[in-house]
Amino acid sequence: MKLTGAEILIRELIALGANKVFGYPGGSVLDIYDMLYKNATKITHYITAHEQGAVHAADGYARYSGKPGVVIATSGPGSTNLVTGIATAFLDSVPLITITGNVPTALIGKDSFQEVNIVGITMPIIKHSYSLRSACDIQRVVREAFYIATSDRPGPVLIDIPKDVQQELADYNQNFEYSMPAKTIKIDLHNAISLLLKSKRPYIYAGGGVLISGATATLLKFAEKISAPVSSSLMGVTAIPYDHDLALGMAGMHGRYAATKALYDCDLLIAIGVRFSDRATGNKDKFLRQCKVLQIDIDRAEINKNILVDEFLIGDVKEILDSILELLPENKNKSWLNHITKLKNSHENLLWTSNNSLTPKSIIESVRSVLGETPVSTDVGQHQMWTAQYYGFTKPRSFLTSGGLGTMGFGFGAAIGACVASNNQRVVLITSDGSFHMNLNELATAVTYNMPLTIILLDNNALGMVRQWQTMFYEKRYSQTALDRKTNYVLLAESFGAVGFKVMNVHELTVALTKTNKITDKPVLIHCLINQDENVFPMIPPNGTINDIIIR
Amino acid sequence: MNSKKHPIFLLVHNHYGVLTRVAGLFANRGYNIENLSVGCTEKPSISRMTIVVDCSESLLDQLLQQLRKLIDVIAAERADPFNSVSRELMLVKITHSPESGGQLLEAINIFRGRVVDMAPESLIVEITGEEDKLNAFIRYVEKFGIIELSRTGLTILDRGQVSLITKSNNN
Repeated sequence: MKLTGAEILIRELIALGANKVFGYPGGSVLDIYDMLYKNATKITHYITAHEQGAVHAADGYARYSGKPGVVIATSGPGSTNLVTGIATAFLDSVPLITITGNVPTALIGKDSFQEVNIVGITMPIIKHSYSLRSACDIQRVVREAFYIATSDRPGPVLIDIPKDVQQELADYNQNFEYSMPAKTIKIDLHNAISLLLKSKRPYIYAGGGVLISGATATLLKFAEKISAPVSSSLMGVTAIPYDHDLALGMAGMHGRYAATKALYDCDLLIAIGVRFSDRATGNKDKFLRQCKVLQIDIDRAEINKNILVDEFLIGDVKEILDSILELLPENKNKSWLNHITKLKNSHENLLWTSNNSLTPKSIIESVRSVLGETPVSTDVGQHQMWTAQYYGFTKPRSFLTSGGLGTMGFGFGAAIGACVASNNQRVVLITSDGSFHMNLNELATAVTYNMPLTIILLDNNALGMVRQWQTMFYEKRYSQTALDRKTNYVLLAESFGAVGFKVMNVHELTVALTKTNKITDKPVLIHCLINQDENVFPMIPPNGTINDIIIR
Repeated sequence: MNSKKHPIFLLVHNHYGVLTRVAGLFANRGYNIENLSVGCTEKPSISRMTIVVDCSESLLDQLLQQLRKLIDVIAAERADPFNSVSRELMLVKITHSPESGGQLLEAINIFRGRVVDMAPESLIVEITGEEDKLNAFIRYVEKFGIIELSRTGLTILDRGQVSLITKSNNN
């Protein structure tokens, strides 16, 4: 059967279960969009206000569902608008299929209208990319791209398809079988087990890899069996329920006191699916001097990259933990657990909060108690850290945040993606006046698709995180962080067709949230005024250690 | 950091953009390429790269791991520094005059070079060998006047039965 390249592409997407895609049409993808039109019953396309919103939506869809997100954009500016989103997905290991149109093959390299070399532009920030020259390759390439995006350490893959290749006829094989050679890695657990047996004070540091592997339940069993407390990186916040006895919360620059202190008290650090980012370790020379390190990761290149480890196991986190669990005897250690409990209950471990009428803590706790636990996306900055600290997540994959790249403007697209992935369930976006202004145009998208998004906007009239650093390290020289903006967020929301509330205290917030709970067919924006001097604590200054921790 | 020159070799799929991907990885991660040579292998779909990189031992391990993650890289290994054959080919165009003639031709002979082109006032010498030998030849003939030269970069094979594929399977 001969079909056009565009039709092969759409048929393959449907065959691979990608029946919800995000994107923005344009001249070089007209044929793909024509096929989307003809197949509208089998594949739903969500149009955003901007390609950046679309790529973040595909990313949020993938983070929430675990399935690869798909985004389509036209050549030139359409594809360059994806760049930030691709880098965001790359640094957080999110499976993303990025499809870009390009000018016809004959015009490539001639600086044609809306032509850029998107494969070249994205090369350092992508797992793999394809530049197609023949429709014959589309079927194989799409299968390969899905495999590469989702296997090993997941990541974004780009398929660039010139317009004439979309129009070209090629054989389509309905029974196409694609298989990659199966890799069999023998894992020798011996050294790891003996490290675990010797340890009297084990400590688990869990990251995004635990969630990608679907290993949260196994992780808990493992932690309980060896009596190890569990802290997490920002990407691993939902790896363990916040209220579990062994949960220490987030470690690192804005991590909990107990999470960091216990790290310095342990004799074995078991790092699972984490890459020891500089935001997590602080001073690398003084970090982990006193303990052995066992690292478990699927990516061999993460071993000894940021810190040197004593032992490592390479492979799928869940499979490795399952096999360790089979071999390892129970190892209850009361005195270490008592020490952990003491640390958790210590005065230093309390999260400090100001006496203002509306605080980040009271806002985030009210949101959770009135709306119940929902998927939550954030942008980047103080509100992101507050959400990680205060929300109290119990469900894996329910916290969508840009960890590695730190992309302001990520949250709105991600919330839209999670909403699509959850069949229009309520999703909360916790954002701030700075980040919200970056991609607020996506309000239009959320209204169009009747999405019950709840936007909690923490407004301190400043770029809070940068301002916090200026307060602490730049003698309060507030260069360009006081945002003297006059945006009326309630009117803004209404003008897009959404609902807006402005709240000054906890009571007003509760009333607004209660009203929000009844609104299921459109987004609601709740504008919360907070004090400009609210800072994120604890904080370990860059390159610091536990001795430098600032509790308030 | 204890920096040292390390020869490594790669087998890669021979198609669009692979060299950019490999070279880009060096640039992105801050490694300096000292020397690079690429050519196809006995299988036309596969190319072999020989790269000399200047870095510390621990960074070399990290670099090989990162290279192996590239989808188009089939194998990436370091050359055995004590048990390998390394060669480079160089063409040198040298000013030639009746007075210098005898001495120059003698040098070419001693270095086992070959004259592959001759013009009234210049000649081109082809010379093969290890890096040091080529450097020594350049130093010696400098006094005659080098018009231009071109080197292919190192190409290396480990001695014995071992191949890049078998080495990579053991890793």
